[in-house]
Amino acid sequence: MTHPIPPGSRDILPDEMRELRALQTRLAEVFDRFGYGEVATPTVEYDDVLAMAGEAGAPAAHRFFDSGGDLLAMRSDMTVPIARLVANRFQEAELPLRFFYNARAYRAVRPQRGQMGEFFQAGIELVGADAPGGTVEAIEVLAAALDAAGLGRAVVGLGDASLYRSVLTEVGVPEPGRAKLLNLLAGRDLVGLAAALDRLELSDEDRLLLGALPGLRGGREVFDRARELGADRVAGALDPLEQTFAGVEGRGIGARVALDLGLLRDLGYYTGAILEVYDPALGHVLGGGGRYDELMGRLGKPLPAVGFALFLERLHVAQAEEERLGEGQGS
Amino acid sequence: MSGVDRATRARPEGPLRLALPRGALFESSLDLLDRVGVDTSEPRGEGRSLIFKTPELTLVTMRPSDVPTYVEAGAADLGITGKDVLLEQADRVFYELLDLNYGACRMVLAAPVDDDHLDEYERRLGAIRIATKYKRIAEDFFERTGRRAEVIEVKGSVELAPVSGLADAIVDLVDSGRTLRDNGLEVREEIVECTARLIANRVAHKLRAAEIDDLSARLAEASR
Repeated sequence: MTHPIPPGSRDILPDEMRELRALQTRLAEVFDRFGYGEVATPTVEYDDVLAMAGEAGAPAAHRFFDSGGDLLAMRSDMTVPIARLVANRFQEAELPLRFFYNARAYRAVRPQRGQMGEFFQAGIELVGADAPGGTVEAIEVLAAALDAAGLGRAVVGLGDASLYRSVLTEVGVPEPGRAKLLNLLAGRDLVGLAAALDRLELSDEDRLLLGALPGLRGGREVFDRARELGADRVAGALDPLEQTFAGVEGRGIGARVALDLGLLRDLGYYTGAILEVYDPALGHVLGGGGRYDELMGRLGKPLPAVGFALFLERLHVAQAEEERLGEGQGS
Repeated sequence: MSGVDRATRARPEGPLRLALPRGALFESSLDLLDRVGVDTSEPRGEGRSLIFKTPELTLVTMRPSDVPTYVEAGAADLGITGKDVLLEQADRVFYELLDLNYGACRMVLAAPVDDDHLDEYERRLGAIRIATKYKRIAEDFFERTGRRAEVIEVKGSVELAPVSGLADAIVDLVDSGRTLRDNGLEVREEIVECTARLIANRVAHKLRAAEIDDLSARLAEASR
């Protein structure tokens, strides 16, 4: 006779747990080396506090009432709880603040898809450090963390959440058309995006720019191609990304970073640089992050901030896969 | 924002993997590949193999509705399938890169020719009963148009449902419309026009950008 556990949850047995723990330890060592201190926050918080991230934040999947009738929610990521912690406990602190976490987060699962509703995340939050310096530091920590996990081939995708929006504004696409185009891009529907652009009254140059810009991905040459398309007509649109990329190159990790001018993440609190992590051995992203310069303000303490989170279970699969591939090449 | 998908192991190295839909879109997809210089003699043959290697692409053949599953997980880098399949699996994550302009058909609401009481069913009985293989598309359509439908998912011939009394109407894909006519049904409303699409895995789209952009540009040219 077996006893069920909820969909999306699972037991972790010793062999896997030992390896997950070892991975957490390696990541913690890297975060510690860069001066980040570990924090833990409550698994369950007040729903209205977590909801201050705005409606575009990751919604809590599990909500329930406490004995006093207040609505509680289980965190869906660690960024909002740490923003809350900074607003509460570090009002007068010297900046920047550097925190890391190894924690579980909770999300709703779709039926029959084998998704994890409870999972480990490892990541950092750097609060009070502006772009581009803070972003460059976060990418440097991320690259070191991937190396420590044995993922020397992993790549950090770097985009800018405000780039496409500012180009749309500049060429005169009015709301609500702007929001619709951004939704299509965030939904990775490039066919729908092209069709929507065709329906707008645009000059040929603007249509080409808006259609081709989100497809630009690669190294430094991406900036030249963006200029050829006319992106420099939009004053300053490329500057933040170029400054960040120059900073990353300055730290000697330019080859780890792939520029992606069409990158948008599902979480609405990102404002500037956006990060995603890929490994050739895996079809899913390993994690992501970016700048969230407005989130702290919503919690009453306006501060620039940047961070990333890695999905530990996926990191573990990628690690095992890279090991296996490495053995294959050696024999 | 939903749960985290468990990672699929062993994303293949080597040539790009293209998931191809067996069935109605198969021939046209192979014709398109011919036009961009991919050798399709093997998949056109009588063999029972499902995977075919060419110098540029590894072709993986499967049911059209499995294509998004393989592409999302990275078991295929690219895939070709109908827009109807993509709409029905809209919760999956992949890039939709190209409209390939073939395999055009319409997703429609169809009802028995002699039945003009559809509105009455909703008004008096609370809902129209709809049989379909496309549950999500049907539900979205009725929600969008502000009507209440009871959507019944069936796997086989949908045309049977109104004839046998399981449902009042159907939502289905029609090509010529002949199957509808033969079963005493007619198109009442058009929901969406569907063609074949090229989709890409999210990670492959980044890590193999140059190869994918090159192939995608050639396919766009050849399918114009």
